[in-house]
Amino acid sequence: MNYLHDIQAFLPGVIIAFTGLITILLESLKRDVRTMYGVSAAGVLAALIAAILSSTSEGGTAFTDAIVYGGWSSFGQVIILIGTLFSILLSADYLKSKSLHFGEVYAMILFASLGMLVLAASNHLITLFLGIETMSVALYVLAGLMHYRKTGAEAALKYFLLGAFATGFLLFGIALIYGSTGEMTLTSVAAAASPTPLFLAGSGLLLTGIFFKIGAVPFHMWTPDVYEGTPTTLTGFMATSAKTASFVAFALILVRMVPETSYESWQSVIQVIAILTMIVGNVIALVQENVKRMLAYSSIAHAGYLLVGMASGGYSAVLFYLFAYTIMNLGAFGVIAYFERTKNFDFTSIESYAGLGSRAPLMGVLLSVFLFSLIGIPPFAGFMGKYYVFASAVQAGMIPLAVIGVLASAASVYYYLRVMVYLYFKPEHKPVHLEKASVLFTATLILLAASTLYFGIEPLVSVTDLFGFVTGISP
Amino acid sequence: MIGIDWYLALSAILFVIGIVGVLIRRNAIVVFMCVELMLNAVNLALLSFSAYHGDIGGMILVFFSLAVAAAEAVVGLAIIIAIFRNHLSVDILKVNLLRW
Amino acid sequence: MLASYVPILVLFGVAFALALVLMTLSRIAGPYRPNKIKLDPYESGMDPVGQAKERYSIAFYLVAMEFIVFDLEVIFIYPWAVGFRDLGVGTFYAMVVFVVILFVGLFYTLRKGTLDWDMKSLKHQAMKL
Repeated sequence: MNYLHDIQAFLPGVIIAFTGLITILLESLKRDVRTMYGVSAAGVLAALIAAILSSTSEGGTAFTDAIVYGGWSSFGQVIILIGTLFSILLSADYLKSKSLHFGEVYAMILFASLGMLVLAASNHLITLFLGIETMSVALYVLAGLMHYRKTGAEAALKYFLLGAFATGFLLFGIALIYGSTGEMTLTSVAAAASPTPLFLAGSGLLLTGIFFKIGAVPFHMWTPDVYEGTPTTLTGFMATSAKTASFVAFALILVRMVPETSYESWQSVIQVIAILTMIVGNVIALVQENVKRMLAYSSIAHAGYLLVGMASGGYSAVLFYLFAYTIMNLGAFGVIAYFERTKNFDFTSIESYAGLGSRAPLMGVLLSVFLFSLIGIPPFAGFMGKYYVFASAVQAGMIPLAVIGVLASAASVYYYLRVMVYLYFKPEHKPVHLEKASVLFTATLILLAASTLYFGIEPLVSVTDLFGFVTGISP
Repeated sequence: MIGIDWYLALSAILFVIGIVGVLIRRNAIVVFMCVELMLNAVNLALLSFSAYHGDIGGMILVFFSLAVAAAEAVVGLAIIIAIFRNHLSVDILKVNLLRW
Repeated sequence: MLASYVPILVLFGVAFALALVLMTLSRIAGPYRPNKIKLDPYESGMDPVGQAKERYSIAFYLVAMEFIVFDLEVIFIYPWAVGFRDLGVGTFYAMVVFVVILFVGLFYTLRKGTLDWDMKSLKHQAMKL
């Protein structure tokens, strides 16, 4: 075994793990929280650079075929790390105002991020399981951060019990796949698999576990409750990075593990789930009164659009969508986190946003940019993402799927625009004193909004380049 | 000699008992115990497959699954204590503030 | 077939005899000054008589949680130790990394005071949880 090669192949993850340990050590030495904040942000930035460098390199496998690196998988890591970095940058002010600003929060974000990186690079069923669990256990802790509140503790309990339940299914699926093939490396499974009942049951259970993690209908019930009870910036982290990691792992399984003989049956299952997810997510989002719950159902709907891409094999479109989704969704959660910092006023219901557009002009404009992008209106990145995903469905001949997707996203216009109607066209209830946002916080949000616009006009990685990534690590 | 079928049957039965327990029990700690039962049923299946194939991979996964179950137990018990402090009960039907 | 179990039977016999001999010896040779506490049945540091539905200190949960985690990490060290001869020196460094990570965790719990058992820090922890 060549350890240096292995470590270099998984450099982003190694950097994140190391930074996490340093953060825990600093917390043990009772250093100021700002030190941990700075260290973790710097560590994630370093890992991000490593991942970007690695994404253009020749792909391969490392750690005796346990992980893949390079190209496509590394681009997934880039998205995850972007999500982590911006979550950390946005978190400091918000957590301080909720007196939740502990060093452990950053350590947990880093460990969750490490799990996601492992997940996005998994080439082996054990690494897949470990990645999912490292991510989930750290996220359970983050969900329970507001445990002194009834809603916070409830969110953590629901997330934990349902998550552990789903883990049981995932693990049983892994066991059955292992039992029917005697292999655990994804490519060897594909080579040894035959459509026996054992293998089919195993893949069904594995799919169930993954659908739970990406919040697809009918395994979505935890999403709104958990999103509502979790501190807002960390909700953004869960909604973006965790989803990206699960989708990249899902794509790795589809490309590397599913044997050609059973690919079509997987495809049809994913299509059905995609349709259900898009419809249920968008319809229930229409009646939400709480902004965070509305964004939770919208994230379910976005998982549906992403599944359209997965079903039609447009993995590069899915990757671009995940990238666009990460920046715009984090931005939206960031603005909500800003409003929530206001003392003595509950900024969770949509009605409480009445008249804020003129009171906080900059934040109003930023929120509008992110919401327009989430709708998928042309000059923004969200539009390009949706366009690529639906285009890949049309190319694969899945016209009904694309039609349902477009109709569902047309319905989504209502609930996103409703927030903006309240922002700009409704009179203020009573004057509230809004806190001033720090320069770094505002700058982060402006950067996110600017990139939402930039990547909408000029998608940096064109789809053909991304297809190159996909073939780069295919078996 | 006991064949692999018996181990798998036992594992499947334990797994189903776990699922049923999660679905019908109301005490959060019992629900959590049922989840652990599911994980251990899987461990049994993995070990018997591992012996059947003469391959060590399954056993290694069992190690990891045990360690993960321990980490989950730690976090889970802490969350259940937090629930108890808020509601003075661990009945999951009383944990119902968030819905729709 | 059954004959191969004879050594185990012998082992049982030896163990039993040894225990008997040691207990009689200590009774004969050692000083014998009984009091109430010494004669109580040992019950893991708890009062053996009384209500079973007592409220336990939060410290028990914390130590139990830490015990589970650190106890289970050993399952990674045992197989490594058994196979070390074949695995090579490289795995030694890998295991050093693993143990260092464990030590960071231990150091954290130590500094956070979860292993302190005096009344003051116990109350402090109970407030925090």
